[in-house]
Amino acid sequence: MKTTSTENNKAYWRANISLLTKLLTIWFIVSFGCSIILADWLDQFSLFGFKLGFWFAQQGAIYVFVALIFIYAWRMKIIDRQFGVSDDEDEA
Amino acid sequence: MSTQMLTYLFVGLSFALYIGIAIWSRAGSTKDFYIAGGGVHPVVNGMATAADWMSAASFISMAGIISFIGRDGSVYLLGWTGGYVLLAFLLAPYLRKFGRFTVPDFIGERYYSQAARIVAAVCLIFVSFTYVAGQMRGVGIVFSRFLEVDVNTGVIIGMAVVFMYAVLGGMKGITYTQVAQYCVLIFAYMVPAIFISIMITGNPIPQLGFGAEVTDGSGLSVLQKLDGVLLDLGFGAYTAGTKSTIDVFAITAALMFGTAGLPHVLVRFFTVPKVSDARLSAGYALVFIAILYTTAPAVASFARLNLVDTVHNTAYDEAPEWFGNWENTGLIAWQDKNDDGIMQYGAGAALSPAKPIFDVDGTLGSHGERLLTNKSTESANEVYIDRDIMVLANPEIAGLPGWVIALVAAGGVAAALSTAAGLLLVISSAISHDLLKQTFIPKITEKQELLYARLAAAVAVCIAGLFGIYPPAFVAQVVAFAFGLAAASLFPALLLGIFSKRANKEGAISGMLAGLVFTFAYIAYFKFVAPELNSAEYWLWGISPEGIGAIGMLLNFAIAMTISRLTAKPPATVQALVDNIRIPSGAKAAENH
Repeated sequence: MKTTSTENNKAYWRANISLLTKLLTIWFIVSFGCSIILADWLDQFSLFGFKLGFWFAQQGAIYVFVALIFIYAWRMKIIDRQFGVSDDEDEA
Repeated sequence: MSTQMLTYLFVGLSFALYIGIAIWSRAGSTKDFYIAGGGVHPVVNGMATAADWMSAASFISMAGIISFIGRDGSVYLLGWTGGYVLLAFLLAPYLRKFGRFTVPDFIGERYYSQAARIVAAVCLIFVSFTYVAGQMRGVGIVFSRFLEVDVNTGVIIGMAVVFMYAVLGGMKGITYTQVAQYCVLIFAYMVPAIFISIMITGNPIPQLGFGAEVTDGSGLSVLQKLDGVLLDLGFGAYTAGTKSTIDVFAITAALMFGTAGLPHVLVRFFTVPKVSDARLSAGYALVFIAILYTTAPAVASFARLNLVDTVHNTAYDEAPEWFGNWENTGLIAWQDKNDDGIMQYGAGAALSPAKPIFDVDGTLGSHGERLLTNKSTESANEVYIDRDIMVLANPEIAGLPGWVIALVAAGGVAAALSTAAGLLLVISSAISHDLLKQTFIPKITEKQELLYARLAAAVAVCIAGLFGIYPPAFVAQVVAFAFGLAAASLFPALLLGIFSKRANKEGAISGMLAGLVFTFAYIAYFKFVAPELNSAEYWLWGISPEGIGAIGMLLNFAIAMTISRLTAKPPATVQALVDNIRIPSGAKAAENH
């Protein structure tokens, strides 16, 4: 287990929060935005034979959710290492 | 071999498999029993989480509900998948770092209070029992139709199987059984979906067939044709919603935040070895879930199209065999209002009261249909169809071979049992670990605690069975409320516990209680006290009881933060604990304390 300074940990936490904020914004836009609030307006466009708002609500948002989690896991692994707080060396 | 024999064979084989796994992976310690020893690979955990997650409601009811309400059904798809994003971002990694056995463990320690632990344990038991009630009912429905046993016998057989592996194996047994159950249920869901997609659109991938053209030469896409057919019958268009935007918003939010606050899902992330594994594992879980959740809306639209085609304007004498089969379960019925021997299907309730009540002597009408004692309604619609049968009857409606029908039966049972087992486990650990070991009789040894855990699981199985035999309401409806309660009670306490160092025990306890009481009271008022007032004009801001958990959650946050500011800061040790869980390195395997 590495010992890390308080300052370093605070900076790590800020980096985490900043990544979270970005990804949660995308999460909100595709779910509550494209699939609910803007859905009626998006329906005028068409994608793979679907009305676009309907597609987001019943297909698209789910694909984006999956991608968001993997992006978070991947980016966080990099941030963890950058700040020396990664769990790579922890016993499994 | 007949469909009946195949069904017995498939369901029997799957049961043998689950029990075999249970015996192979017996729990030897409380650590095995609560968190499967803590060494579960993220992909395995993802698969187990997916099975844990996808319940009788997902497998049996969801596509059926979407099939009948079309666009409004999106709330379930969005809510039950979007919550995993919150789980992976905001809760799972930190709870894994915390490294104990249960969700109330975290609340109790973070808010340095036995009272907070007990409130959390009570919320958890409440939410989980609400949820488990729907599962046993799902098992009953599958058994009554496919194995032609009484619903109650079906529930008892289901209880016996869950008892075997949940009580023996604990989390360890459940984890490996759930992996098998996921494989059974996803295969059972996809096979008929692929067949039907090929039949209707020629495209074997349901997600694409959903938007493709129907192969009847009309040049219309599935959704265009469905909109047209439904409008002709007096329904609203499939791709247009009827719920208000604010209500859709609130329901989706309640389901999402509720998902992230559901204890039986959270506890799955205590079982992986490391913090980074918890993040990844949530991603794998959502992949496995998304396979079913992106197929479900496709199945919903195909099934509705098929149903209208087969039933509407068909003479009862010429109706396919499945119609009679499902009439026997009371999930479908026909009343020949205009006495022409032909089934007319359309908008509006066919019967009054809405659910069919068959003539007690089992008398058959002039066309061979089962006679009803319900009054007719004004509506020209003559057919009652329960939403729960859409997935189960779908292969029969589409005329698929017997083995596909048998497979769906095994899949439905797998979905219901895997979720029931996960829920029963968190209930039993809340009782044996949080209430007994940590609160009331702390002197018990690990061996005794394990015994109590098994006893609690056994009692919980029996109570769940009673819920299945005397069901409170139909499957998905009950489950939807569990989410509102979880969102309003547990989610804010967990989130603040990690992201705010200022949140203290006074705030957390009053917030949890306020959220739970408010949400429960609102639901109980509109569902049980004054159901006649359950419509948009009487709702608070136009939000239905299904969506009120979102408001309960905001109330919880507001109260928890306000009271925390007005009372003393949490002690330094707790602030150090928060600092520690924010850092991934140094996570130890979970231990008893």
